[in-house]
Amino acid sequence: MIHFVLLISRQGKVRLTKWYSPYSQKERTKVIREISGLMLHRGPKLCNFVEWGGLKVVYKRYASLYFCMCIDPEDNELETLEVIHHFVEILDRYFGSVCELDLIFNFHKAYYILDELVIAGEIQESSKKTVARLISAQDSLVEAAKEEASSISNIIAQATK
Amino acid sequence: MNPFSSGTRLRDMIRAIRACKTAAEERAVVRKECAAIRASINENDQEYRHRNLAKLMFIHMLGYPTHFGQMECLKLIASAGFPEKRIGYLGLMLLLDERQEVLMLVTNSLKQDLNHTNQYIVGLALCALGNICSAEMARDLAPEVERLLQFRDPNIRKKAALCSIRIIKKVPDLAENFINPAAALLKEKHHGVLITGVQLCTDLCKVSSEALEHFRKKCTEVLVKTLKDVANSPYAPEYDVGGITDPFLHIRLLRFLRVLGQGDADASDSMNDILAQVATKTESNKNAGNAILYECVETIMSIEDNGGLRVLAINILGRFLANRDNNIRYVALNMLMKAISVDAQAVQRHRATILECVKDSDASIRKRALELVYLLINESNVKPLTKELIDYLEVSDQEFKGDLTAKICSIVEKFSPEKIWYIDQMLKVLSEAGNFVKDEVCHALIVVISNAPDLHGYTVRALYKAFQASSEQESLVRVAVWCIGEYGDMLVKNVGMLDVEDPITVTESDAVDVAEITIKRHTSDLTTKAMALIALLKLSSRFPSCSERIRDIIVQQKGSLVLELQQRSLEFNSILEKHRNIRSALVERMPVLDEATFSGRRAGSVPTTLSPSTMASVKVPNGVVKSAAAPLVDLLDLTSDDAPAPSSSSGDFLNDILGVDLSPASAHSGASQAAKNGTDVLMDILSLGTPPAQSSSSTPDIFSLSQNQKSPVASLDGLSTSSPVSARAASSQAASSIIDLLDGLGPSPPAPENNGPAYPSVVAFESSSLRVMFDFLKSPGNPQITVIKATFTNLSSNVYADFVFQAAVPKFLQLHLDPASGNTLPANSSGTVTQTLRVTNSQHGKKSLVMRIRIAYKINGKDVLEEGQINNFPREL
Repeated sequence: MIHFVLLISRQGKVRLTKWYSPYSQKERTKVIREISGLMLHRGPKLCNFVEWGGLKVVYKRYASLYFCMCIDPEDNELETLEVIHHFVEILDRYFGSVCELDLIFNFHKAYYILDELVIAGEIQESSKKTVARLISAQDSLVEAAKEEASSISNIIAQATK
Repeated sequence: MNPFSSGTRLRDMIRAIRACKTAAEERAVVRKECAAIRASINENDQEYRHRNLAKLMFIHMLGYPTHFGQMECLKLIASAGFPEKRIGYLGLMLLLDERQEVLMLVTNSLKQDLNHTNQYIVGLALCALGNICSAEMARDLAPEVERLLQFRDPNIRKKAALCSIRIIKKVPDLAENFINPAAALLKEKHHGVLITGVQLCTDLCKVSSEALEHFRKKCTEVLVKTLKDVANSPYAPEYDVGGITDPFLHIRLLRFLRVLGQGDADASDSMNDILAQVATKTESNKNAGNAILYECVETIMSIEDNGGLRVLAINILGRFLANRDNNIRYVALNMLMKAISVDAQAVQRHRATILECVKDSDASIRKRALELVYLLINESNVKPLTKELIDYLEVSDQEFKGDLTAKICSIVEKFSPEKIWYIDQMLKVLSEAGNFVKDEVCHALIVVISNAPDLHGYTVRALYKAFQASSEQESLVRVAVWCIGEYGDMLVKNVGMLDVEDPITVTESDAVDVAEITIKRHTSDLTTKAMALIALLKLSSRFPSCSERIRDIIVQQKGSLVLELQQRSLEFNSILEKHRNIRSALVERMPVLDEATFSGRRAGSVPTTLSPSTMASVKVPNGVVKSAAAPLVDLLDLTSDDAPAPSSSSGDFLNDILGVDLSPASAHSGASQAAKNGTDVLMDILSLGTPPAQSSSSTPDIFSLSQNQKSPVASLDGLSTSSPVSARAASSQAASSIIDLLDGLGPSPPAPENNGPAYPSVVAFESSSLRVMFDFLKSPGNPQITVIKATFTNLSSNVYADFVFQAAVPKFLQLHLDPASGNTLPANSSGTVTQTLRVTNSQHGKKSLVMRIRIAYKINGKDVLEEGQINNFPREL
């Protein structure tokens, strides 16, 4: 299973963290520090796997962002690379050529997408289209609620004028 | 509207934080935002609740504390609208984890949302539950999740399946409820449901053998068919990854088949065809295809034997290993490790390639390859492989040397065909990477050297040469100095030349140079310096012509800032000046170190403490002193096999070098120090067990007057008995020079205070032959300390000679034993021996005293050992 997902920029800034195994706040900080140290210092041509504390970290760099997932030693590393790529493609499709800034300002959207892709450290959907459809359905629910709220407040505002 | 809580928009806050140039600026912005959010929370402002939470999540990601926002998540989850719930659940998963108690409060909201009419809200609740639920929540909500496995919308079913995985991992007892609904998921067509269903079944098999049996019988065929369909499916754009339809589903199916096929020939048989098809037909030019092949190979290796398939699998691995992509090579190495148990011969064929991988520039690959090489080594190939590894040691990265050295040492130790080869290889490793060699490896080497008398000369000469070439490798220096100290004469006289050696000319003064350089070098650590000092002492007797020079070097250490060296220097100097007559006996060559006890000793020790009585010595089979202060002792103390070692403190290493009990007087102080030093020494005494034959070999030596034995032990015993009055009196004022030399500290028995509260005496131990009474005294000022007066009475009609009392206490207690009043116990209760024990209870008031005791004595020269545990101490001690 995936124990956690980290998105870390080349400067070592954390852009997204998702924990599927319990780590206390202190441990989380330590894990992030250790892994970014390991990952950022590896050369470009090396393999995408680092053994870390009895687990394996699979990472891949996309532009300035490192996507990284920590898995059990017996899990399939190559598949985890595919999961990362799958996630990136969905993000790309959602934001339209995603960049780091999109993920900074819309970090919650990135989380929503990840939640449609992975639960309990296991992948739940292999179709990019289905994920996109589910996300947009939920986004439109939010939009509808917003409109309703503003129309109600308009009505109230008019009524109290 | 509250002007303070309105705050900035999320986007503006992120901008403000990003605009910060320094960390201090960022902290200031965050502090301001947090203050505003807190104020807003206090106002119970509903309008901005979700914005505040979004901000908090961002702040949390930057690493600032956000616990004050936890309750806001719960409030948002409890509100009615979808947008609020969505952000609320996100915050819940981000800010909390399963170990926080607040989480319990959300159980009720979760239950309601799992039954919500809006399927997206159900989805949110399932997602949150799957990611962070605790065992209690899993129990409470399992029925809801189970029901949702049959929900009409497939997107809910797949979420419920993953959520079930979390539930059965948290509470394995619930597994049986999920077996049937999970099996139903395997018949679905929707890929998401299939993937999650297969995963759920795989995890069910891990926690329940019943589930495994069920799926094996009912589902193997369905799964084989599904895999066939997926593998043969035409192009499906929705699931296509690099020309392959849904690799994720492929991989999960293969993994589940592996679980089913393992240990079951029928199931394995039914999946052979499809595995062969996947292994041959899958495209291997893209990562996705390789991921499937990798999983397929693992399945073939794990299920019951089918020769043809295994050949196929090994061939795939061979192709992987030859691939230029590092990722592929990495997984190939990983898989070959598993393949080794299946077909070692096939893996051996790739040895050359694997050895190349050890030298790769990629640390991950190197590490894997090294592990694999380690597994590949056997008696027949150990020589060439070790040579390769040692050659590589010269050029490898610094950070890799540690791993590599450890592995080489372990290989050499495990497979060495002959001693000379072992010594040669170890010397090479020490010269190349001595700083990475662990202490116990050096100890093992020394034990081997000691056990190879015909190689002593060869070894010491080789070490001398190696020292000249690479004197900066600490471990090499230590071994060299030890050997030169022991076998210095062989170095100089070229004793025991082997045919392979070139003769070298080393003068006595050259040999002394080695020790001198070591002791004077600033980079040498304390252990090395201390070893050099002892080597010098030994050489002073081996090379009488250099004696004066050696004394000068030793005397120089008098000014050392390290107390240990200073003290030894004074003591050694005193030996050199005043005790020439015993010097040669003192520094004789160490007896051969016993390999069996050494290896047994490495196995570990039991955490108990034991204070031996001071009146007689205890034989310590390899008394290990694991103390950071003087790791040296560990090495030197090996002699104590053959000699009764005193209960020495870890600092007392002269005692340990010599491995003898010098006199009752020095044993006194030794024991009192031992008690102070946390009794590490004693721990090992206990863990190793004392053979009942102990006293017969040791005790008589101490008290006998026989001076004609040749061993250093005996001669020292002789010494101690030459001044029996002062020694037995155990008082520092009458100390003879030998006592002075070895331990200036005279024992000063503590005067027990008599004004403490009174406790009843107890019979601590009673057998048909012996009674032990304990009287207690407690000083009013210090309730932790109890002074126990032990009175031993002989109930039998035989006289007990060499009476020794030992006691052990758990870690929370500290035990100090004063000398006993005598070592002979007259028969028929006609006299007693008393001994004072001081126990410090660090858990006073919480735990009461307990103690294990062991009493050894002799009846007519026959050893008797009695043991017991004392639990009947008065509670308030």
